[in-house]
Amino acid sequence: MTQSPNTGAAALKLAPTPGQTIGPFYGYALPYEKDNELVNQSRPGAVRLHGVVTDGAGTVIPDALLEIWQPDEDGSIVSKDGSLVRDGYTFTGWGRTAVDNVGHYTFTTLNPGATEAGKAPFIMLTVFARGLLNRLFTRIYLPEDTAALANDPLLSSLDPQARQTLIATREEDGSLRFDISLQGEGETVFLSYPRES
Amino acid sequence: MSTETTSPETFNDSHVLDPAATTLSQEAISTEIADIHEAYRQLVVDGKKAETQPRIDFAPYRSSLLRHPTKNLHHVDPETIELHSPAFGERDVHALESDLTIQHNGEPIGERIVVAGRVLDGDGRPVAGQLVEIWQANAAGRYIHKRDQHPAPIDPNFTGVGRAITGPNGEYSFTTIKPAPYPWKNHHNAWRPAHIHFSLFGTDFTQRMITQMYFPGDPLFSLDPIYQAITDKDARDRLVATYDHSITSHEWATGYNWDIVLTGSNQTWMEDEEGDH
Repeated sequence: MTQSPNTGAAALKLAPTPGQTIGPFYGYALPYEKDNELVNQSRPGAVRLHGVVTDGAGTVIPDALLEIWQPDEDGSIVSKDGSLVRDGYTFTGWGRTAVDNVGHYTFTTLNPGATEAGKAPFIMLTVFARGLLNRLFTRIYLPEDTAALANDPLLSSLDPQARQTLIATREEDGSLRFDISLQGEGETVFLSYPRES
Repeated sequence: MSTETTSPETFNDSHVLDPAATTLSQEAISTEIADIHEAYRQLVVDGKKAETQPRIDFAPYRSSLLRHPTKNLHHVDPETIELHSPAFGERDVHALESDLTIQHNGEPIGERIVVAGRVLDGDGRPVAGQLVEIWQANAAGRYIHKRDQHPAPIDPNFTGVGRAITGPNGEYSFTTIKPAPYPWKNHHNAWRPAHIHFSLFGTDFTQRMITQMYFPGDPLFSLDPIYQAITDKDARDRLVATYDHSITSHEWATGYNWDIVLTGSNQTWMEDEEGDH
């Protein structure tokens, strides 16, 4: 199911520095006040994005750290500072959260819009955890625009079970549910990009 | 084997020796590491491209066993949002946050050091105006964290957390205290080499990375399954800072240089490609 890498990418001039695990002790360094509130809960259009992170035994991971990066509701990519000191009004498109003791995470955000007409809207997700030697990337697709999802190049290249791991579920109250399985049954599809080495 | 990956964790058991872990020797872990490295060297001899990143499936690091994907990462061409990164600036980080020695009422105990360098992308271009975050143990090998119960002293004048925004040439500089090695529970008598955790952003979010910087000549390097999860020696060496006397300051602090290279940006060639259509 691996696509052939895009060969148009130029070779790197410098060898990249290797990643390492985030380890268990990031608690005073990376989380911060309102880190998971890309918008205030009271803002019209505010959406809860939540789920659990599990390991290869199906056990929840209590010490993962997640980050999301996404366009706004109109599909515009914002470039505004203030993610680390949230003023409650400025949408910066980026957020971070440590999962709780039962492996559950929550972001308060906006539904991302399509960045180009006809594209399936998605949120970028990065996963860090003790025991995970390098970060993992994936995409959280919104479930609604089935025509755009059907035309999406990444989703189209996956078998149905793998494809489903990348599409969030819309819950009755409007929340998005997206569970992350690092290994095994229902393993989330994780991504690599050109120019990584 | 440590049961950390399968047992519920509590906040007060992290220094209670796991009976299973105590039976697994450093020699056994070192043998596992040597076998994987030898297999890698053979692949390189046979023409495989040198690896630049750690293996995510690296059994000597026992916590990785159930936490690595078993399927290959799926290669994808980045789309719009993936070709950009969040913006950080002076609103987010105060200039004093890069000095970890002035966060409390008194001076922290230990060897004062300055760690300075540049953040570059894979094309050698400086990554300017981006966020760098660090965290580390204190001079006794103790983290300020509820899960770190290693019986070494907490320093009330040292939290071990810093932030900076890179300058126009990608430069950063942190003033801190040299961290000490500390024990962990991967196997019997397991010790991590002294390190500082670094969190980095590029111009594309696909360049996001977290890593660890080490100090030159650490005798624990060969024993550490996290460091040795990078199978390629040249790649491992890229995580080791260099002592730099030009960063050392008179009667104040010793200095280390460490430049960080992120993966390549896809902005330029993707946009060029779109323009060709």
